[in-house]
Amino acid sequence: MVKEIERAGIPVVHICTVTPISLTVGANRIVPAVAIPHPLGNPALTAGEEKQLRRKIVETALDAACTEVDGQTVFEVNV
Amino acid sequence: MSKFKVVHYINQFYAGIGGEEFADHKPELRDGPIGPGTAFAGAFGDKAEIVKTIVCGDSYFNENLGEAKETLLGMIREIDADLFIAGPAFNAGRYGVACGTICDAVSAELGIPVLTGMFEENPGAEMFKEKMLIVATGSSAAGMRKAVPTMAALALKLAGGEPIGASIEEGYLPGGARVNFFEKERGSKRAVDMLLKKLKGEPFVTEYPMPDFDRVPPNPAVKDMSKAVVALVTSGGIVPKNNPDRIESSSASKYGEYDITGVDDLTEATYETAHGGYDPSYANQDADRVLPVDVLRDLEKEGRIGKLYNKFFTTTGNGTSTKSSKLFAQEFAKKLKDDNVSVVILTST
Repeated sequence: MVKEIERAGIPVVHICTVTPISLTVGANRIVPAVAIPHPLGNPALTAGEEKQLRRKIVETALDAACTEVDGQTVFEVNV
Repeated sequence: MSKFKVVHYINQFYAGIGGEEFADHKPELRDGPIGPGTAFAGAFGDKAEIVKTIVCGDSYFNENLGEAKETLLGMIREIDADLFIAGPAFNAGRYGVACGTICDAVSAELGIPVLTGMFEENPGAEMFKEKMLIVATGSSAAGMRKAVPTMAALALKLAGGEPIGASIEEGYLPGGARVNFFEKERGSKRAVDMLLKKLKGEPFVTEYPMPDFDRVPPNPAVKDMSKAVVALVTSGGIVPKNNPDRIESSSASKYGEYDITGVDDLTEATYETAHGGYDPSYANQDADRVLPVDVLRDLEKEGRIGKLYNKFFTTTGNGTSTKSSKLFAQEFAKKLKDDNVSVVILTST
């Protein structure tokens, strides 16, 4: 799906936990997530902390979308 | 002749420990064959014996790649095996990646021959088929009966150091390795035969298939995020409560398109996941953990992004064929493009 969106001419950021799969599939802008059943959350945190964490990941994805890349790039989330 | 000693790797599901709720199961060493191992044991007869089975949860392995690999290598190093078998993983993505990763490590670091089995669309197959023999299996465990004899035969050859034939004869996924041999017919004759078949519209098999590099170059970056329309797409199966379009929990035949105008937060009462390939409890409790609508609404209010697109697209990326996924995305990407969406955030579980 990532590739078809990119092919349609829309930049796409893939947020996923298992980044090697994303690299194999061919995503260009990749942001690592937290865990498979909760990529953008962590039930061990308080609701406030969890939302803060989610915001960090989404902001990393937005920054990735604003960054020119010439190939597959993984953008680490600064925690 | 003494029996070959085989170590077998399986996940929590095939060990009978449980499904997704036990996917965090830590590596564990057990004596003798378990689950699919008993089928291998039957096929091996008196030629080989599964001395130990290693069980590890799929999520645990993939979320702790380095640690899981070290623990497993430590276990396997003690055994002095003649062969290491993993899976088969069929089309289970995390299981396939785990099988490939551990086989690769065992082969590289312990020098033991390795073998695994997967469906050709398993992401693990694409990642590892050039590094090891991966027997081509069906997409689900229904293919076990067919996979076991092929894997067992190849396993015995590997353990005995016998020469391995071409992928088409032995049943593994072609890894690109070439072996010189003499053809019965000259090249010129074979080429003309192929050409004649082509002219007559008959099927023919090329001797030199072109590699399939399906890469899409990245699009230019978004210039001004504060004016951008951001759309959300997920393969994590987030749907309105009760899954109105009945998107299948695995091998999805469709995607959903849902309006989120006025939705600021995905709650337990309003949204859930239809995905059958991961423990759904966290996403059902709060679907923002997979599809971050709450945060994007905040960013929209703060002016950090121009607008959150008023719909999201969703399917379950669980054993769903690449062909279907491609068709889904071609269809909705056109809608996104027509609606001038500037950037897509796609989340996967």
